[in-house]
Amino acid sequence: MIEPTKTPFYEKHLKHKGKMVDYSGWNLPVQFAGIIDEVLRVRRQAGLFDVSHMGEVMVRGPGALAFLQRVLTNDIAALRDNRIMYSPVCYPDGGTVDDILVYRYDGENYLMVVNAGNTRKDYDWFRENLTGDVTLENLSPQTAQLALQGPESLAILKAVTEAPVEGLKYYHFLPQARVAGVDCLVSRTGYTGEDGFELYCPEGEALKLWEGLWEAGEPRGLAPVGLGARDILRLEACLPLYGHELSPELSPLEAGLDRFVSFTKETAFIGREALLQRKAAGLRKKLAGIEMLERGIPREGYTIKAGEGEIGWVSSGTFSPTLNKNVALAFLDPREARVDREVSVVIRTREYPAKVVKIPFYRRG
Amino acid sequence: MEWTIEAGLKYTKKHEWAKAEGDTVTVGISDYAQDKLGSIVFVEFPDADTEVKAGESVAVIESVKAVADTYSPVMGTIVEVNEALLDQPELLNEDPYGEGWMVKIQLAPGAGLSGLMDEKEYEAFIIKEEEA
Repeated sequence: MIEPTKTPFYEKHLKHKGKMVDYSGWNLPVQFAGIIDEVLRVRRQAGLFDVSHMGEVMVRGPGALAFLQRVLTNDIAALRDNRIMYSPVCYPDGGTVDDILVYRYDGENYLMVVNAGNTRKDYDWFRENLTGDVTLENLSPQTAQLALQGPESLAILKAVTEAPVEGLKYYHFLPQARVAGVDCLVSRTGYTGEDGFELYCPEGEALKLWEGLWEAGEPRGLAPVGLGARDILRLEACLPLYGHELSPELSPLEAGLDRFVSFTKETAFIGREALLQRKAAGLRKKLAGIEMLERGIPREGYTIKAGEGEIGWVSSGTFSPTLNKNVALAFLDPREARVDREVSVVIRTREYPAKVVKIPFYRRG
Repeated sequence: MEWTIEAGLKYTKKHEWAKAEGDTVTVGISDYAQDKLGSIVFVEFPDADTEVKAGESVAVIESVKAVADTYSPVMGTIVEVNEALLDQPELLNEDPYGEGWMVKIQLAPGAGLSGLMDEKEYEAFIIKEEEA
């Protein structure tokens, strides 16, 4: 058995009484004070997340843009320097390899941030499909990443940097900013539905960054947050999670990510033909929101019925502390998925009433 | 020990506690079990009058992140479930040995609590589980 990898923040997690678990080969905290408290803390004040498990792959060379246009479904030509784009990555059959962020330094230097569990698979996929004058470098082993999320994030970050973070717009980044004495990449991004930042730095400097943020943050209500709350926060905001809403069997179209798939860009991306065919044939399932009307927590894999017939299944479900409701994302037959439609969720042996609702469940005010 | 173990109760390896009064046994989960589950948000019981064997499920507990069965430590008939938990599942976290009790089971003839651990044995059992 391979021991899970520790991040540079391991000792901090133990000190804050994090319950550690093995997640995609990484030893990470699933919770600290309690998942519900942590979710509410991020919605009301701020939370600090160790996301060092995320993978980073650098793409360099004159052929970088052409390569990205081919392997990513979104139109990267529209991306300007110091900005970020979200994009799915597809197989030729339209199934999903991963969903990633692309940071553009300039026309010949891009950073791809990929899901932890997919880092190796993605790297191999990109290598296999390498075209033109492009080099790939996996920076994951030497890169640490922290996410600072919540309404107090800006105030906390401003306390430890002179860099112009206040003017940084959503999905923009500063390639080099000195934060708490550490040179970081700072982006206004996150996976919670709140305002916030993600900070990347060399592994060796990571503890110093954590300590600086903590010192500035604790008086402003900052708390360490684990994977459990991170999953709920992203689900409340209806941000897809690979392995749940996207997979080799589930394309970005079924997951409702059409706006990140460009059929009109000049380069035909891998999977384009298959996705066009799926679209023309009509999707057999589509992601929708479900809210329980009585008790019961919908969980991954549970069947959804309308009357006697099965109309789909839950891809992610949870008790939502922010809304005080039980909610789920589900793949439903598109003909059955109209908002307010009453359905039922099969929880163990009983059916519990629910209805189809608009997504996202939560949008920051 | 960071978890409380109430004296005078009997414990199972699945972290239920049982307390006999006459031929009725009250069953709940230990402080250790509630701590491991985290914030409990849903409890589901079978119908009253359900007959159960030792080791069969008498309730399903859902925490934010996990689903867990509670197993009967004895053979008998469920005569009462703690309906307060339907609206206040958090009582299981707050007071697992008191207001968070789960079901009362009337013992089948000849059934009893033999074979369960006392508090000392349960403490040793938890320590061993934590080391594993």
